[in-house]
Amino acid sequence: MLEVTGLRVSYGGIQAVRGITFHVNEGEMVALIGANGAGKSSTLRALARLLTPAGGSVRYRGKELVSLPPHRLVGEGIALVPEGRGVFPRMSSLENLRMGAYARNDKPAIQHDLEHVLQLFPRLKERAQQTAGTLSGGEQQMLAIGRALMSKPKLMLLDEPSMGLAPIMVQKIFEVIRKVASEGMTILLVEQNAKLALEVSQRGYVMESGEITVTDESHKLLADPKVRAAYLGE
Amino acid sequence: MDTLLQQLINGLTLGAVYALVALGYTMVYGIIGLINFAHGEVVMIGTMVAFTVIVALAGSGLPPLLVLSIGLAVAVVVCMALGWSLERVAYRPLRGAPRLTPLITAIGMSMVLQNVAMIIWGRNYITFPPMITKHIYSVGGATFTNVQVAIVSLAALVMMALIYLVHRTRIGMAMRATAQNPHVASLMGVDINRVIAMAFVIGSALGAVAGCMVGSYYEIAHYQMGFMLGLKAFTAAVLGGIGNLAGAMAGGLLLGVIEALGAGYIGQLTGDFLGSHYQDIFAFIVLIIVLMFRPSGLFGEREGDRA
Repeated sequence: MLEVTGLRVSYGGIQAVRGITFHVNEGEMVALIGANGAGKSSTLRALARLLTPAGGSVRYRGKELVSLPPHRLVGEGIALVPEGRGVFPRMSSLENLRMGAYARNDKPAIQHDLEHVLQLFPRLKERAQQTAGTLSGGEQQMLAIGRALMSKPKLMLLDEPSMGLAPIMVQKIFEVIRKVASEGMTILLVEQNAKLALEVSQRGYVMESGEITVTDESHKLLADPKVRAAYLGE
Repeated sequence: MDTLLQQLINGLTLGAVYALVALGYTMVYGIIGLINFAHGEVVMIGTMVAFTVIVALAGSGLPPLLVLSIGLAVAVVVCMALGWSLERVAYRPLRGAPRLTPLITAIGMSMVLQNVAMIIWGRNYITFPPMITKHIYSVGGATFTNVQVAIVSLAALVMMALIYLVHRTRIGMAMRATAQNPHVASLMGVDINRVIAMAFVIGSALGAVAGCMVGSYYEIAHYQMGFMLGLKAFTAAVLGGIGNLAGAMAGGLLLGVIEALGAGYIGQLTGDFLGSHYQDIFAFIVLIIVLMFRPSGLFGEREGDRA
């Protein structure tokens, strides 16, 4: 579904991503793990066209994405849940969710999906009229994921969904991610919490200083002594 | 008492105009953080275009109200096109440049527009052909005209339409989202360039309406009139909290009233040392006080974005 070949990202003269190649198949969840500053988020931001890659190709269902402006991605069925949530702070939760469906015009289906999202996150239903800036970090993360779902994506890019959240909230968020995946969503998950990411995903890529160093099925990575030593704190 | 009521009425009229112009500053600032100093000149062009159309149609035998409406409509369309072109030609190429660069460009565009207007309409004051029969009403010792009533009600109508647009329509939602987080808005499918262009176009349309109002109120126009009007409206926007629509409306009305009261009482306050032609100083006293004690303005408190 998504094929990334030789992707490079630079900031000024510094290369954050040094020509990485990976792919995501339809219906699978793939984890991209690595230490802080390994280039994971830069990769995701380049995929979402929030920054322009210095080189390489990103093919999605056979279509080249690198030349597409960012606002066209959602129409292709790609949704990014950005690092730090990126909710619209002065809009209500409900308005945030409706913004997720901005590019759609099938009103009845939007209403149906809205109910589905509120079912997935009952907390958001309670907070529907509250401005998003006043929600807790975990609630904002729910909102960001719900908002992404509202665009009815085929591929979801999740950027550090566990960042800055209390462990109990992380559990809740990952339960939902698992559920969304089980409904057939294709997911590319970027996470610093390697253990969690490898537990929910089918395959994983390990990034180190802008390069992919190891790739395997997630359960094998979880058992790999080198990965355990470097990323699982053992 | 007479002076107080009279100055409140005058201040309300003036404030309605400031509010409309201030909205143009605040909309653009709210979305791209640019103070479009050429906005006052857009207003001036609006006045000039309306005058030209009205003068041309004055002898045509059309009913005066229709002539005025045509003048207003043409001014609005011309200003919308002008606002769109300004953004496209002067500001869009500077997107991502240091903040000072587009600011200086805005000042440059203001000068360009003034000079273009001077070439087209000349250096002299242009007077407004008397189209409307003025009716004067008096209430409790104060007087007001039908023109003032028209100005205030039209301003109220336009502001309500803007509130509806921003809070109830798709493009309005896109504008609010872009103002709060442009990157994420683009992820939702919002074409940021289009939203920014719309902010300029809508702001310029409001400016054109305001331009027609000042024109019909003072019955006079000049190629430099946009400068002071623009500065005062900018002050109103800062007073309300720049970037905040309700703030611009409240700031405009408040500034109009402060200025009118100041002009009405400055003679008494200074023992006739200063006369009412010093009314312009009040806007800037307000600006200085706001910048010193409450730089975020009256409505400028932002809810914290949690990390």
